[in-house]
Amino acid sequence: MINIVLITLLISLFYVAIANRLLTYIKVLAFQGILLFVVAFIQLNEINPLNLVLILMETIIFKSVAVPLVLAWLLKRNKITREAEPFLPSFLSLLIVTAIVVMTILLVNSIEDSRMDRIFFVVALSSLFTGIYIIISRRKIITHVMGYLIIENGVFILSLALGSEMPMLVNIGIMMDIFVSVLVLGIFANRIGDTFEEMSVDHLTSLKD
Amino acid sequence: MFILYLILIVLLAAGLFFIRNRKFRTGLLGLFLVLQTILPVYGFLNLNTPEAGGYFSYDPLGIILLAVLTILSYTTVLHSWSYLQHRGDSDRNQRLYFAALVLLIGAMTSVYLAASLGIMWVLIEITTLSVAALIYHERTHLSLEATWKYVFVCTIGITFAFVGIVFLGKALQEGGSVNLAFSDIPRHLENVNSFWLKLAFIFMLVGFSTKMGLFPMHTITVDAHTVAPPPVSAFISTTLMNAGFVAIFRTYALMAYTPILEWMNNILLWSGALSIFVSAVYILKVNHLKRMFAYSTLEHMGITAIGLASGGIGYFAAILHITLHSFVKASVFYQIDQVHRIFNTYILRKTGSYFNRNLAGALVMLLVLVSITAIPPSGMFISEFLVFMALFQSGNLIAFILIMILLTVVIYALGRSILPMLFLPPPATEINNDVTIKPQESVSQFILLLLAIFLAYNPPPAFVKMINDAILQLPG
Repeated sequence: MINIVLITLLISLFYVAIANRLLTYIKVLAFQGILLFVVAFIQLNEINPLNLVLILMETIIFKSVAVPLVLAWLLKRNKITREAEPFLPSFLSLLIVTAIVVMTILLVNSIEDSRMDRIFFVVALSSLFTGIYIIISRRKIITHVMGYLIIENGVFILSLALGSEMPMLVNIGIMMDIFVSVLVLGIFANRIGDTFEEMSVDHLTSLKD
Repeated sequence: MFILYLILIVLLAAGLFFIRNRKFRTGLLGLFLVLQTILPVYGFLNLNTPEAGGYFSYDPLGIILLAVLTILSYTTVLHSWSYLQHRGDSDRNQRLYFAALVLLIGAMTSVYLAASLGIMWVLIEITTLSVAALIYHERTHLSLEATWKYVFVCTIGITFAFVGIVFLGKALQEGGSVNLAFSDIPRHLENVNSFWLKLAFIFMLVGFSTKMGLFPMHTITVDAHTVAPPPVSAFISTTLMNAGFVAIFRTYALMAYTPILEWMNNILLWSGALSIFVSAVYILKVNHLKRMFAYSTLEHMGITAIGLASGGIGYFAAILHITLHSFVKASVFYQIDQVHRIFNTYILRKTGSYFNRNLAGALVMLLVLVSITAIPPSGMFISEFLVFMALFQSGNLIAFILIMILLTVVIYALGRSILPMLFLPPPATEINNDVTIKPQESVSQFILLLLAIFLAYNPPPAFVKMINDAILQLPG
């Protein structure tokens, strides 16, 4: 069961790679939130119930409802055009993400450790690197935030791999979620939209030597 | 005691933000400084006592850097006050500024004293958020850009560090432990797969070096320096970098008795050497006073990393160096605020004859030039000498020669930029304002610079003992 969910999450990464509209990104993020809910529910069977409820609430309410809603609201409020404007064509993106996944599978399989859940590490590292790829290959600032959220989902999976023994790691991951939301709301919502007409990294080039 | 400190910090920050009465706020700031002074003294008297359920502890390295932070808190609050007066900021912005400053100092204090990896990680992220409000203080297009970059890249960095912590957790699990306390980790890492440790170290180094400003992640701190108010730049360049140093030092200490020690030393050495290389190249090129000193900070962080990588006396030298650097670099940025008030620009080409405009300030600048390039009366001469002695002893001759050449370049470049500002007349069309700066505004900088010299040439025995205690946990 858990393998199916994690592989679905991996497939959603391919979908992000070729997605063209920002709303699609938001939907994928919401979907990933639900998948993380299922993974957390199955994986964290040994931790204390109160903590489990907190983690589950965070995935379902925060990751799959609140964050997507806020992002959609930001899109509307700042009148961001709906295309993602990648630097590279979709086909190439798909190839790169495939390469990332293949590389992580090779990397993880090269580790000699009988006690690790390989699939967790494959999916987590793939999300991490796909997120970084999304950040460097998209032009808009808001897609950078979305790329970051994909990284964070990957990191969340990684912490779940050890979650039963070290629930503290999962809790810290949740702290990270909350910090980032503060960041996005605090700076992004109020300021960047008003100052940069079109929110694009092309405008972020004044500081250089 | 520490819990009380944290509660008071939050209350004081809230008070500074919400109370409109200026006199009352000044009182709160005074109260804050008293609190910030009591803590290191209390910590010094209760060395190595765990606090708040073992999540914090007064360990020697933490106390040294906390003392530095306390000293710099006084000067930063003082210079922030005069900076805000001269800018004529709105009341609301001033309240936000001081509230964020108090939170930042509180967060940095907690990072220094954190005794658990998880707690330290969270607190480092809090320093990012609170310093973001300060970087954005001038509310210009540039500051927005720098703030966004700083926060975004720092957050990605901190995520990398988290991935590193998870890998370390995996290694710990193999060693049969689930405890992330610094004192408990090393003994469980003796027989674990070194692949996990290497992964953990590399991720944590990259992540925490967003804070310390080491080579791959240095660009954002340079940008942040450029736009931040000068008193805040002083903090970004010193105490905040020290927070990154603490994180890297503790990570290093955790794994220092595992087989990957040699490998870690190599990574740190080349990360430091590349930092110095980048800073030498850019100091030659830049024409912006603050950026120039930001790159100089990069250089000194590189030297500190090299000290850590060299082992032996290098550990001692690294801590001494970062302490002295804090005092010198902070006084540079306080002085830059005065330079900016006189010339109304940070661009070096448009400045000149600083000796005629502000004698005391120009003397500070000259003393800074001597101190920062580690020419003998400077205290950093001692620490850099020890770093290079350790590097030489560790046998990395190629790195040693390369770094020596690069440092010479840095000395030349800094002299070439700063001396004309002090002695040569400015371009004719510039400067007709008649701002004068009172000599007493430079007193704090003289004190800090002299303190750096004093600590290096005549260190109090307690200070030396603290540093030696701090490096007890490291091999050899």
